[in-house]
Amino acid sequence: MYVEPNTNERLEGQKSIPFYKKQVRRALRNCGFINPEDINEYIAADGYQALAKCLTEMSPDEVIDTVVQSGLRGRGGGGYPTGLKWKYTRQSQSDEKYIICNADEGDPGAFMDRSILEGDPHSVLEAMAIAGYAIGAQYGYIYIRAEYPLAISRLEIAIKQARKLGLLGENIFSTGFNFNIGLRYGAGAFVCGEETALIHSVEGKRGEPSSKPPFPAQRGVWDKPSCVNNVETFANIPPIFLKGPDWFKKIGTEKSPGTKVFALAGKVNNVGLVEVPMGITLREVIFEIGGGIKNNKKFKAVQTGGPSGGCITKDNLDIPIDYESLSSIGSMMGSGGMIVMDEDNCMVDIAKFYLEFTKDESCGKCTPCRIGNTRMLEILEKITKGNGTEQDLKDLAQLGDVIKDTSLCGLGQTSPNPVLSTLHYFEDEYLAHVKDKRCPAGVCQSLFSFHILPEKCVGCTACARICPAHCIEGELKKVHVIDQERCIKCSACYNTCKFNAIEKG
Amino acid sequence: MGLVNVTINNQKIAVEEGTTILEAAKKLDIRIPTLCYLNLEHVKTVNGSASCRVCVVEIEGRRNLAPSCATPVAEGMVVRTNTLRCIKARRLVVELFLSNHPTDCLICEKNLNCELQSLAAELDIRRIKFHGVRATHEKDISSKAIIRNMDKCILCRRCETMCNEVQTVNVYSAVNRGFDTFIAPALNLPMNESICVICGQCVSVCPTAALTVVNDIPNVWEALNAKDKFVIVQTAPAVRVALGEKFGAEPGTVVTGKMVAALRMMGFDKVFDTDFAADLTIMEEAAEFIHRLQNGGRLPILTSCCPGWVKFFEHQFNDMLDIPSTCKSPHEMFGVIAKTYYAEKMGIDPQNIFVVSIMPCLAKKYEAARPELMHDDMQDVDAVLTTRELGDMLKEANIDLMNLKDEEFDEPLGESTGASVIFGTTGGVIEAALRTAYEWLTNETLKEVEFHELRGFDGIKEAVVKINDQDINIAVAHGLGNARKVLEDIRSGKSHYHAIEIMACPGGCIGGGGQPYHFGNFDVLKKRMEGIYKEDKNKKFRKSHENPAIKKLYEEYLGEPNGEKAHELLHTYYVKRDNM
Repeated sequence: MYVEPNTNERLEGQKSIPFYKKQVRRALRNCGFINPEDINEYIAADGYQALAKCLTEMSPDEVIDTVVQSGLRGRGGGGYPTGLKWKYTRQSQSDEKYIICNADEGDPGAFMDRSILEGDPHSVLEAMAIAGYAIGAQYGYIYIRAEYPLAISRLEIAIKQARKLGLLGENIFSTGFNFNIGLRYGAGAFVCGEETALIHSVEGKRGEPSSKPPFPAQRGVWDKPSCVNNVETFANIPPIFLKGPDWFKKIGTEKSPGTKVFALAGKVNNVGLVEVPMGITLREVIFEIGGGIKNNKKFKAVQTGGPSGGCITKDNLDIPIDYESLSSIGSMMGSGGMIVMDEDNCMVDIAKFYLEFTKDESCGKCTPCRIGNTRMLEILEKITKGNGTEQDLKDLAQLGDVIKDTSLCGLGQTSPNPVLSTLHYFEDEYLAHVKDKRCPAGVCQSLFSFHILPEKCVGCTACARICPAHCIEGELKKVHVIDQERCIKCSACYNTCKFNAIEKG
Repeated sequence: MGLVNVTINNQKIAVEEGTTILEAAKKLDIRIPTLCYLNLEHVKTVNGSASCRVCVVEIEGRRNLAPSCATPVAEGMVVRTNTLRCIKARRLVVELFLSNHPTDCLICEKNLNCELQSLAAELDIRRIKFHGVRATHEKDISSKAIIRNMDKCILCRRCETMCNEVQTVNVYSAVNRGFDTFIAPALNLPMNESICVICGQCVSVCPTAALTVVNDIPNVWEALNAKDKFVIVQTAPAVRVALGEKFGAEPGTVVTGKMVAALRMMGFDKVFDTDFAADLTIMEEAAEFIHRLQNGGRLPILTSCCPGWVKFFEHQFNDMLDIPSTCKSPHEMFGVIAKTYYAEKMGIDPQNIFVVSIMPCLAKKYEAARPELMHDDMQDVDAVLTTRELGDMLKEANIDLMNLKDEEFDEPLGESTGASVIFGTTGGVIEAALRTAYEWLTNETLKEVEFHELRGFDGIKEAVVKINDQDINIAVAHGLGNARKVLEDIRSGKSHYHAIEIMACPGGCIGGGGQPYHFGNFDVLKKRMEGIYKEDKNKKFRKSHENPAIKKLYEEYLGEPNGEKAHELLHTYYVKRDNM
């Protein structure tokens, strides 16, 4: 039986384990419970019944109304009402339309979509067929990163099996509705998660976003009306038809009904995928499901929304998790990354880390994102090296505001968030870097050094022996000295010394 | 389309649905600064990448600023173009550009012609706030005519739009991503190994000095100052209606006489006219057409005066190399005649003759170096200057073009007809050929020499001309995108034409890549075209075969049009080139 580490209590059943207690598994309902490579197991779990119901009992408009009523919002980050997206694509006049599943999950450390595709691929196929029926499309693309080989192979198996049973292909359920699905592989560009960039990539063009309008609902892949939904959004669709929109709205908040899957990571005791009702507080997720901060350190911040989300401090831990609340405090829902930081994290360094990622992933099309993010990163590097000035902080804020205000796509419009939110909530840390030339968390290497305190050093030679740079000199039982020129600040001596004779500062 | 009501800077206006904020503001005389945006009216294409973010405006109710060039108006929209927020954002965007741009404006090829420079001045940017790495790339000087200096590229994507959408040559695309993005041919090949046809339309739309022209001015100065060189200059028809623009004249002002005077002042030994050779081209091309028509030869025949177009079919349609006329282009015919007939006549050693062509064109620079365009181990043409380069050279020599007295071209290679002048515009070559072919085929005088169906700016024009009871179907395409359509029809057997004129540049040579920059201003092209037709009207002879100097050339030297001697000197062949 499971032994709860904090209390040493033996717990019976999943629901009594703190990690699972507050979770509600809807999108992940079948993951781990069925064999994803056997369509019969999905069917046994009510699979394809929602599709049957839609095709045989409902008109496309009724299907769309049901999704609108459920209040389901896009789980990829934007939170756009899914039903409306379907409605607008249905309203566009065209001989051909397309459904696209966005499986270009790119946030570092996030694997919600991969888990769904690997554990329950049919739920996505079924939902795509429903969406196809609703908007009038006969073909769907799944745009998936090539770095997800298992998800790809399970999707291929699932598509093959569904075709064999007539659940995809021609004349599905003898209703005259035809629907097929093909895979398109992404080459690992983060920006291709943006829908217009994704569409260009599907077409074989450079994965760059373009101005909206035209929205994909008007002109998408091959210039035809297209509807792009995220994997998790699709996974939520079938139960809405089997249990009704009211059931869906029973949990979550009024504006953000349902659940959201997060990839909980960082300095918490329990990490992994968690699916929680919207409206739950960050405190519940971090301290109850996550089991609190590792090694009893102090909580410092939690970063939500992937690399371009913002950092949230302890003052906002009790706000409910939903689209609006998160953006009101400078962060965002994003696709569900949630990274917890403790007192050992330097917030300037964290901001730099995220900006390095978004800077590398900028497609280079628009000026603010291409050059602006590079300049912001350069200023952050200057600060973490101890060369920053207070003017740099002002420049950072101004650059960040303009990049958000003028960038072409969501990537640039959000990339300054980690910098701006840390500047806002952790200004004192930035000031310590630029005014006192000090990194309070002791992370920024240029801003601290190691010294041996002569009164405490017993000359045990342990530090000299472990030093990978061989830069500590001293004889046995005599005081040792660190050559600052050659020291690489790896902390090995600091961690080895048993006499607290090495000072970091 | 319905009307949409919008308010811009407190002024109300109703505009057609689909209009952009930028266009609507223009109607209210509200100017919004732009950089990447370019409305290429003459080819009905807009560079709509919306990538520079300079034209951002504030829209009530929207979270972010919006690019006015790519945002269509919506009913009830309230827009502000000049708030502090817009101005600050615009300035910062330009500051970012400058932080990643060489600041060698004083010695830059585009000094005073650079849109980034003007914009920075307009926004009163006097300090570059941000310092950091600058993207650096190796300069690509492999091409005979186009220099790619990606250090100066601002990624406006105009060249891509021009090359890929308008010309359908598809040389350029963005490579790498983020800060490392730059524009390059496929596989980052050097330009001379790419499928570039050197039409130069990319150069003509580049806002900075990222794409410029190989400068041949020093070579020409050197030749002019070499004691043993007999330096001959020839000027293309389209130059005379555009050169004045470099000196503040209205587009389309005909400056033929002043140009001749200026060239003489510069020290050219003889000032001749490419128009003379255009008449010669018509003699050969009309004869070739008639030969093919009467002997069951391959039709349609395609004109071959445009080297950009020649390179285009050599790369992309090289399964049909037998279709184009084998005639060399006029300035090449001129070169070979100058170094044979004229040299003999004047008793000059052709080795000492240096032929300079003043052309509206970049591809002519490349063409002049083609190995098959030589005779007796001498290149037909030794140096090519663009109209812009000639303007620069005249300024360098302190020649005030517009205040010179008109002078005449030298004889005999300066004599020309109206038929040759119209070579400078789309439709002109085929019209000139018709004037001659008609009379040769019918032995009747052509009374109405102007073929109006073949004139104007439509991308593909066609006409049916009755000659001896036979309907001769003629087509004209300008801009390589239009040429591609015509060629694909030929390839698939759908084409019913007998003769087709093709020019690589939209508008023909008047819109050439070497002409003074017009940046899509359609009025400029229209006026240049008017200038060309005006010059035609004023000519004593309007049919190439009536040119007395040409008649004499055949009598004294060449014999028959399309004959043996003519073939040796005036005709060429084409080469199969890679399509990648």
